[in-house]
Amino acid sequence: MSAETIVPHLFRSEYKKIIAVLCRNFGWDQLDQAEDIASETFLTAAQVWALKGPPPEPVAWLYTVAKNKARTFLKRQQVYQQKVVPALQHDEAPQTEIDLSADGIRDSQLRMIFAVCHPSLPMESQVALALRILCGFSISEIAMAFMTNTETISKRLYRAREKLRVMQVLPEVPSPEALPDRLEAVLQTIYLLFNEGYYSSCNNQLLQKDICYEAMQLCSQLLEYSVTAVPPAQALMALMCFHASRFDARLAGDDLVLYGDQDTSRWNQEFIRKGVFFLHHSARGEQLSRYHLEAGIAWWHTRPGDSPEKWQEILQRYTMLLELSYSPLVDLNRIYALAKVSGAKAGITAAREWIAGADYPPEVLRYYHLLLGTLFLESDTATAAEHLAIATSLAGTGTERSFLTRRYGFL
Amino acid sequence: MEEYLILMRLDLLTREAQPSPEQLQEYMKTYQQWVAGIQARQRFRGGKGLSTEGRVIRHRSEVTDGPFVEIKESLAGFITVAADSWEEALEMASQCPILDGDGNSVELRKVVTVPQS
Repeated sequence: MSAETIVPHLFRSEYKKIIAVLCRNFGWDQLDQAEDIASETFLTAAQVWALKGPPPEPVAWLYTVAKNKARTFLKRQQVYQQKVVPALQHDEAPQTEIDLSADGIRDSQLRMIFAVCHPSLPMESQVALALRILCGFSISEIAMAFMTNTETISKRLYRAREKLRVMQVLPEVPSPEALPDRLEAVLQTIYLLFNEGYYSSCNNQLLQKDICYEAMQLCSQLLEYSVTAVPPAQALMALMCFHASRFDARLAGDDLVLYGDQDTSRWNQEFIRKGVFFLHHSARGEQLSRYHLEAGIAWWHTRPGDSPEKWQEILQRYTMLLELSYSPLVDLNRIYALAKVSGAKAGITAAREWIAGADYPPEVLRYYHLLLGTLFLESDTATAAEHLAIATSLAGTGTERSFLTRRYGFL
Repeated sequence: MEEYLILMRLDLLTREAQPSPEQLQEYMKTYQQWVAGIQARQRFRGGKGLSTEGRVIRHRSEVTDGPFVEIKESLAGFITVAADSWEEALEMASQCPILDGDGNSVELRKVVTVPQS
């Protein structure tokens, strides 16, 4: 590989590791410094490799350069600490040995996950910060994923870092008492990260897939440690594996292939097998999490075709999911399953009750109209067309609008 | 290549051998039974039945969007998540004292429906 292709590639895989380790050395309050040094390391690599070509062991090369830059920084820091602020308190003296071994990296990354997925941060900040620091995405990639501009993302990241600083969040694995709650926040961030990739509105499919894989990677890191490999984490992994199995089948060029039209021979059986393995491991203890239920639903979707058993099981899981915590969107999906079990009429009645319940934001309303439109297709094409037209008008992106128009344009 | 990497990584975690089709069936059975067991115990303790009227955003419950196949992958195309206003509004609303109880929260929804500028 040439320097031009290898640098971005390594950036994605190594940037986050270097930051995690350096942060542990420098202390959390020096996150900016850690990021600067990691970025500088890649800048140096790009410059040197462009002239001389990449070295035989580019990763080791990066680590050496990062270490040297870090040592220089620490030395300067030490002088500052000794001469300028001798009284400065530090609960945890920064480590001086920069441990970029495989174990050192893994350990640092796990701590980093807990710091970034901190409950004091709003969800969107956690997801953005996770994309940046845990996954190594560039600001412009994150902006693309969130469909916003780089300035917004930069600001959001800045505020998130400030908040962590003010809250004195440390990159460490929480105490056993705090662990369950903190782990829940981590799982939720990973879940949203995956969702962001899987149903992202941005059209960059490479990026979408990458985001999903990064989410799976983070979850797999949790599964490597016995304290964090809790049943809900196993279930979340299963859930992601089941969905990931359809990555190739659901895309044809730039188009999305609907579930019913997918070539099921392209569903990745390897992912499905792994998913079942994790689901099996998740089935213990007394806590039935939403991930357990959603993974159960996702498993049924790895089985092609419709069967009464499939939809009854899915409906039951959705009902349980709603008992666990109510969400209008989950309810709409339940109604879809209900229609599969009890017929379109029952679905239409349930959907009408749903809409009478509250005011919904447009992004949820769109699904309501889409669902009703589909349920009416058989019996009343005029009403179906009305609902689908509203759904189309509520569609956020041009891509989606053209997709819906193409799909239902015959009406 | 990424796909290969993640599968490799998962291989490390599932190193207890590759399950056969029979084992996979067995695995799914364990899961189904476990869920049914928990459900039965909850029912026994008088746990909540299906509630379709509870159209409230409950205390502490996060409003999250999820990878739900039924509508998003079966009916719709790409979706747009207006995360900016939704999450930010949610954060503000979650600090509202009324949420300390199990109360309804129409206000929250109104905040949420403020269109993005």
